[in-house]
Amino acid sequence: MHAFNYHRPTSIEDATKALAAAADGKYLAGGMTLIPTLKQRLARQSDLIDLAAIQQLRGIRDDKTGVSIGAMTTHAELAASPALRAKLGGLARLAECIGDPQVRNRGTIGGALANNDPAADYPAACLALGATIVTDRREIAADGFFKGLFETALDAGELITGVRFPLARKSAYAKFRNPASGYAIVGVFVAQCSGESRVAVTGARQSGVFRIEEMERALTKSWSPDAVAKLSVTAEGLNADIHASAVYRAQLITVMARRAVAAA
Amino acid sequence: MIQVSLTVNGASVTAEIEPRMLLVQFLREQLRLTGTHVGCDTSQCGACVVHVDGVSVKSCTMLAVQAQGAAVATIEGLAAGETLHPMQAAFRAHHGLQCGYCTPGMVMSALDLVRHNPDPSERAIRDWLDGNLCRCTGYQNIVKAIAAGAQAMRGPAASS
Ligand SMILES: Cc1cc2nc3c(=O)[nH]c(=O)nc-3n(C[C@H](O)[C@H](O)[C@H](O)COP(=O)(O)OP(=O)(O)OC[C@H]3O[C@@H](n4cnc5c(N)ncnc54)[C@H](O)[C@@H]3O)c2cc1C
Ligand code: FES
Ligand code: FES
Repeated sequence: MHAFNYHRPTSIEDATKALAAAADGKYLAGGMTLIPTLKQRLARQSDLIDLAAIQQLRGIRDDKTGVSIGAMTTHAELAASPALRAKLGGLARLAECIGDPQVRNRGTIGGALANNDPAADYPAACLALGATIVTDRREIAADGFFKGLFETALDAGELITGVRFPLARKSAYAKFRNPASGYAIVGVFVAQCSGESRVAVTGARQSGVFRIEEMERALTKSWSPDAVAKLSVTAEGLNADIHASAVYRAQLITVMARRAVAAA
Repeated sequence: MIQVSLTVNGASVTAEIEPRMLLVQFLREQLRLTGTHVGCDTSQCGACVVHVDGVSVKSCTMLAVQAQGAAVATIEGLAAGETLHPMQAAFRAHHGLQCGYCTPGMVMSALDLVRHNPDPSERAIRDWLDGNLCRCTGYQNIVKAIAAGAQAMRGPAASS
């Protein structure tokens, strides 16, 4: 690992100031993506701004309209939250199937969203549930947040402070995980919200998470596993690697969608 | 250099370190607590698992400075003198190791499982070990050892 300066601010303001003052700085959340990258010298930063001491970035709050989750809330905290389990069970169960217990004990929802790995799990939940990503300077709808491979709508130095999820009538996630890495080979999040149903897929395209409108229309008409079981997805543009061919991934999307609806 | 103060197995430690020093390097190279191992470069094997404020983490994927003010527990802190911790004793009794490289991480991870779930099923143990790789045993005896260790920790009164 190359050397860097370390900062541990206690407020959002001090964190953004420290980043702005750094030549080439980055925020450090759970470190579950950033530290392995630095260790392998795939990245080099002049400064790391650790968000761990900022209390404002922590916690899960729920009210009648939805659930707000602080950026520094860990995957393990999400998975164990009684409020989340009661109100957005699909999201709690998604958090439970990220990586392994030690990754879940450190990794955060804010870090995962900022990173936007094309096989990460939370982007599928955010897109399907129509979440809002809240930053130090604005609110960004999930539909406009995920911009492609490791790309998001975040500007330089912009800090995710939290994520707001509206309540869904039903939601569930089905994931076909890579047994070695834990990441999704294909993951499908389905949500039945007021008036519409949404389906978001992760792991299948290099550009990251995407919605399947044909499945959404079918589920809006009739919320049942059968409604999606017959809909085949084109393999065109899907990832093909040593783990799964594009055709197999296309098949997995249909199967995971069916399973998710059945579990919701 | 930056100053870091924490407790390790109950003892206070203060040191001047480089920010880039990993917690596992701090434990092994600075404190000479070599029970915590490094088995990979990709945060996947779990040989390096220790507890930070009671929670299991991969010490190869955490900076020592991130443990500022924390209570760190390593495999060296488990035994009481010559008496092994019940989870360590269970690994010995059930032959839950061959080369032993993965064992400290397995034991520390298992103790975090038992904290959540004092009576874990075989399924729960196997799921929990997602982040702990063993290249020798095939896991059978590790799973047995953890079930037995958990039972021993519940005490004789709790065993049915
Ligand atoms: C073995 C292993 C298995 C994994 N399996 C999965 C899996 O199955 N599914 C999955 O989805 N993920 C998986 N992950 C990734 C894991 O979920 C990470 O926790 C996550 O991607 C990054 O979150 P973090 O808090 O660790 O962020 P960090 O690693 O600290 O940061 C990641 C990036 O986000 C930026 N950042 C962090 N917080 C903020 C913020 N609040 N505002 C703006 N920018 C920020 C950082 O600057 C950095 O660029 C795995 C990781 C490992 C090591
Ligand atoms: S050394 Fe392999 S996970 Fe830490
Ligand atoms: S006993 Fe050798 S790696 Fe597990």
